[in-house]
Amino acid sequence: MSLQPNPIPDPDATRVDESIQPKSSRLWVDSLIRIIKSKTSFIGLCIILILILTAIFAPMIATHNPIEQNIIDRYQAPSSDHLLGTDELGRDIFSRIVHGSRISIQIGVIAVGIALIVGVLLGGIAGYFGRWVDQIIMRIIDIMMAFPSILLAIALVAVLGPSLRNAMIAVGIVGVPQFARIVRSAVLSVKETEYVEAARAIGAKHGRVLMQHVLPNCLAPIIVQTTLSIGTAILDAAGLSFLGLGAQPPTPEWGAMLSDGRAALQNAPWVVAFPGIAIFFVVLGFNLFGDGLRDALDPRLKQ
Amino acid sequence: MRKRNLLSLFTLLLFFVLVVSACSSNSSSSNSNGTDKSDGSTETEKTDGEKTLIFGRGADSIQLDPSKITDGESIYVTNQIYDTLVRYKEENTEVRPALATEWNVSDDGLTWTFQLRDDVKFHDGNDFSAEDVVYNFERWATSAEFIYYGYMFGASEDDLGGIIEKVEATGDYEVTITLSEPNAPFLQTLAMPPFGIASPEAVEKYGEDYFKNPVGTGPFVFDEWVPDDSITVTKNDDYFGEVANVEKVIFRTIPDNGARFMELQSGSIDMMTGLNPQDIQTAEDDENLQIIRRPSMNVSYLAMNTEKEGPMSEKLVRQAINLAIDKEKLITLYEGIGKPAKNPLPPSLWGYNDDIEDYGYDVEEAKKLLAEAGYADGFDTNLYIFSNPRDYMPQPKVTAQAIQEMLKEVNINVEIVENDWDTHLAATENGEHDMAFLGWTGDNGDPDNFLYVLLDKDNAKMGSAGNIAFYKSDELHDLLKQAQTEMDQEKRTELYLQAQELIHEDAPWFPIAHTTPPIAASKKVVDYVPHATGSEPFNLLNIK
Amino acid sequence: MLKYIVQRLLMLIPVLIGVSILTFSLIHLIPGDPARSMLGEKATEAQLESLRAELGLNDPYIIQYGRFIGDILQGDLGESVQSKENIGYELLHKLPATIELTIFAMILAIVIGIFAGVIAAVKQYSWFDNISMTGALFGVSLPIFWLGLMMIWLLSVKLNILPPSGRLTAGIKLDTITNFYLLDSILTGNWSAFKDAFSHLLMPGLALGTIPMAIIARMTRSSMLEVMRQDFIRTASAKGLKKHLVVFQHALKNAFLPVLTVIGLQFGLLLGGAVLTETIFSWPGVGRYVYLAVLGRDYPVVQSTILMIATIFVLVNLLTDILYKYVDPRIRFD
Repeated sequence: MSLQPNPIPDPDATRVDESIQPKSSRLWVDSLIRIIKSKTSFIGLCIILILILTAIFAPMIATHNPIEQNIIDRYQAPSSDHLLGTDELGRDIFSRIVHGSRISIQIGVIAVGIALIVGVLLGGIAGYFGRWVDQIIMRIIDIMMAFPSILLAIALVAVLGPSLRNAMIAVGIVGVPQFARIVRSAVLSVKETEYVEAARAIGAKHGRVLMQHVLPNCLAPIIVQTTLSIGTAILDAAGLSFLGLGAQPPTPEWGAMLSDGRAALQNAPWVVAFPGIAIFFVVLGFNLFGDGLRDALDPRLKQ
Repeated sequence: MRKRNLLSLFTLLLFFVLVVSACSSNSSSSNSNGTDKSDGSTETEKTDGEKTLIFGRGADSIQLDPSKITDGESIYVTNQIYDTLVRYKEENTEVRPALATEWNVSDDGLTWTFQLRDDVKFHDGNDFSAEDVVYNFERWATSAEFIYYGYMFGASEDDLGGIIEKVEATGDYEVTITLSEPNAPFLQTLAMPPFGIASPEAVEKYGEDYFKNPVGTGPFVFDEWVPDDSITVTKNDDYFGEVANVEKVIFRTIPDNGARFMELQSGSIDMMTGLNPQDIQTAEDDENLQIIRRPSMNVSYLAMNTEKEGPMSEKLVRQAINLAIDKEKLITLYEGIGKPAKNPLPPSLWGYNDDIEDYGYDVEEAKKLLAEAGYADGFDTNLYIFSNPRDYMPQPKVTAQAIQEMLKEVNINVEIVENDWDTHLAATENGEHDMAFLGWTGDNGDPDNFLYVLLDKDNAKMGSAGNIAFYKSDELHDLLKQAQTEMDQEKRTELYLQAQELIHEDAPWFPIAHTTPPIAASKKVVDYVPHATGSEPFNLLNIK
Repeated sequence: MLKYIVQRLLMLIPVLIGVSILTFSLIHLIPGDPARSMLGEKATEAQLESLRAELGLNDPYIIQYGRFIGDILQGDLGESVQSKENIGYELLHKLPATIELTIFAMILAIVIGIFAGVIAAVKQYSWFDNISMTGALFGVSLPIFWLGLMMIWLLSVKLNILPPSGRLTAGIKLDTITNFYLLDSILTGNWSAFKDAFSHLLMPGLALGTIPMAIIARMTRSSMLEVMRQDFIRTASAKGLKKHLVVFQHALKNAFLPVLTVIGLQFGLLLGGAVLTETIFSWPGVGRYVYLAVLGRDYPVVQSTILMIATIFVLVNLLTDILYKYVDPRIRFD
């Protein structure tokens, strides 16, 4: 779970069993075509592409240096010189948002990467080995899930010290249970299939069976969850930064920008408004795309 | 057996949840702070019709026993409830009679005799007399919990009395205090709110809970405290001084500065502290609002940790930093409430050295000094800051970022480390920082209260440092010690002037600003005179 | 059924013990000094040391943990280091504030969400369907702290129609019985207080409720669509039952099942979301309380409050499960 839930929590996320079947390459191609054909997921894909392009070409797109201050010109309203106005230190908000896209991608990749790797490993091991291993791992997961996630994230950052890196780690850790549970139940259903049993029968080592046969066949739910988690991770990290526990100055992180502008809400609302809109669009992009993926890859929801 | 324990743990937890969320009726009294009113049933009526002042602020009081706290929000309220032997004059920090009508000191500066008023009653109806003063002094010397007492009179765990040797009632209305060494600021100190005289009967009656049930002699009587929400005090009709003009004062806690200001704009509160600097202009433009500026007796500064190995231990580097920051520009971030500081002392205080010339802004000169110190290529360092605005520094984070940018010009790379207030204090007192923001509001209008506390080597102890520059100058120490025991103010002034020159030269600080903290109020509030020490009794103000 | 519930309750015990250990360890790993927080900037080292001794901060962790659990077992949640207030007493005020906000947000979400979802399903591909589903898509992607600030800017600063913060306007007096202000004002017949408390609830409630509202709307729509395609609905329609009767009596009843799960899940999540909402709207609830306590290293508050929140959280989840199984006859209790 995380600060803000996935857009469509799948009530049966932990019971994907009946839907998971080994997919042929033909099915993957079908799925891709389906995603592109769907209007909403196509829009999502476009937003993600725009985000990536913005991040790559940030220095070219930005009109100003994102951290250059001009105290005298602080709180300028949007104008042709400063497209989205200036903030409390006279920095150009447009340029800061453009450069902030790099940070958002970084957050998405690293935080979700942590959740993915740890979650898949734990879930995979728990599901594959079962018995007491499963018991221990799942009890730990239960304990983690007994915390409202933002509290856990806040506590983790408080321990680690406030910084963007630590916020990413905290958001990553908080995301672990979801991956672990999804992967576990997926593994449980794949484990008993004939080809896994065959692999084991010919004496393949556990690690090999797990990596080569079991996990690849749980890919669909993992991919869907990853995409949806990126949006959530960006939101969560922005929330932590908003509380002063994430990115530190002068990093142009969107949540921190928004938080720093709070004092001027009455006189310069644009300082708060635009970074929020940026967060919104990026999260929307990942959610739309993730929804599309789910529809395409998860046959159970196919209509 | 074990199983049963687990079970009872669970049942209890479940029970709490049920109790709390099912909200049984024994939670009925909103003033369960332990006042003897057993229910809150008198408060259904709205409060119009009588003059009520609603005062908005950012944080709740911690305790209403002034002898145990140091936070301004507690003092704001206790200032209404208690009187001290002497009080500060309305417009400055000279003392005037309060519970004591006159006083004199022996020639050796060791024996102080106070004549007390004979017409004072505590809010609980008891008469006030010399014995009550003795009781309070003795109480303060019973434990290290009485922070200010220890701090002002040099008391410690091993010597709970400090420089106060004895306090005696030498008559029904006469108290004699004997000191072990002369203490120049003694009388000033007695006027500080922590030395408010509490009703001995109430202290005994409430014991541990006294701080929720304060009883003093002041212009207002404590009424009700709803934690994190509001504290209400009502007019004391029998006050020996000027009886208050308003019937009631409600101190309301509204944490967010912006939200608090909106409440003021909409008229649901009458007065507020902790204004965002950006909102000052808005308030001034509002025909219903006024800005009242508190006289300045504070300083905000950037302390450089002189004890830390590396660049900050070099005087040249510290001077270079003083040269590399454009103070004039920095001050614009104070949005008109601050004046640039060049000394640790605020200019309103006697002993201020106006002959000192500030370093000024000169990047080239700064680079030269850095090169001379061997840091031509600059260095990496950190700046510890606190997250919440304070009176002397309304925008710590923004100010820090501006400094970060300016120091980049001379190749000093600053990492900003932001902590909440308590953590910041702990970290800086432990000397974790290279550079750190801090500030100080004067307690008693004596230069000793700034220079000795903030820059003497006595206060540069790891773990509890007031001197977070860890600046240890024997020369300065001698001057300050001498000034403490010297009773002649002219001689003391001379010593403090010299002290400031030393400090300027050694540059343990980059002094930033002295502020006049703004208070925004409805225009209906009149005759309000804010005091330099940070708070004042509200008996003189009125609502039109 | 009863056996199942008892079994689930017993399973919570190790989880809660784990939660308490995790909470305790985390808070003690945080650098900082609670004695300093309590005594403030002007305390001396000797004063700090004596307070540390008094609070038992110098004892080994295992003893401190034992003491913490022991006190909890005796019904003592401890005392805040910062305010010196009894934590149980503080929670008596703060928990109702949070629960009131959460329930209010949830009611908004359920009423609007289900309504929009049903209409959108019945009139699939209509303008209403398009608009409400686009709205729902947007809703799940909104940062609630941003939404909250923008609402304050629009509704408080610009239009001045709703109060920006708090639960009640100063000066309005209310007898508190339950500390749920809406309830209290009804119980005492204090209508001006009711109106005032309600207007204070609107903005934070809407901000907090937006995401569940969007999710419920989407969930309702898709499960309605699924149900309406099924045979018994077609049969009902074919038999000539009125359309709205079919929709509300038959389809919605069956479509409600998955929606219920979402509601349960969201309700727990709102407890977490309350931290941000309460911060923005200065809502004196438990989310802000524990957040500030973490920052201020108020060990007792963090320990007891998180344990309390986690307990509620798991109980709500459990309740959802039980309800789910109760409503869905296909699931057996074994």
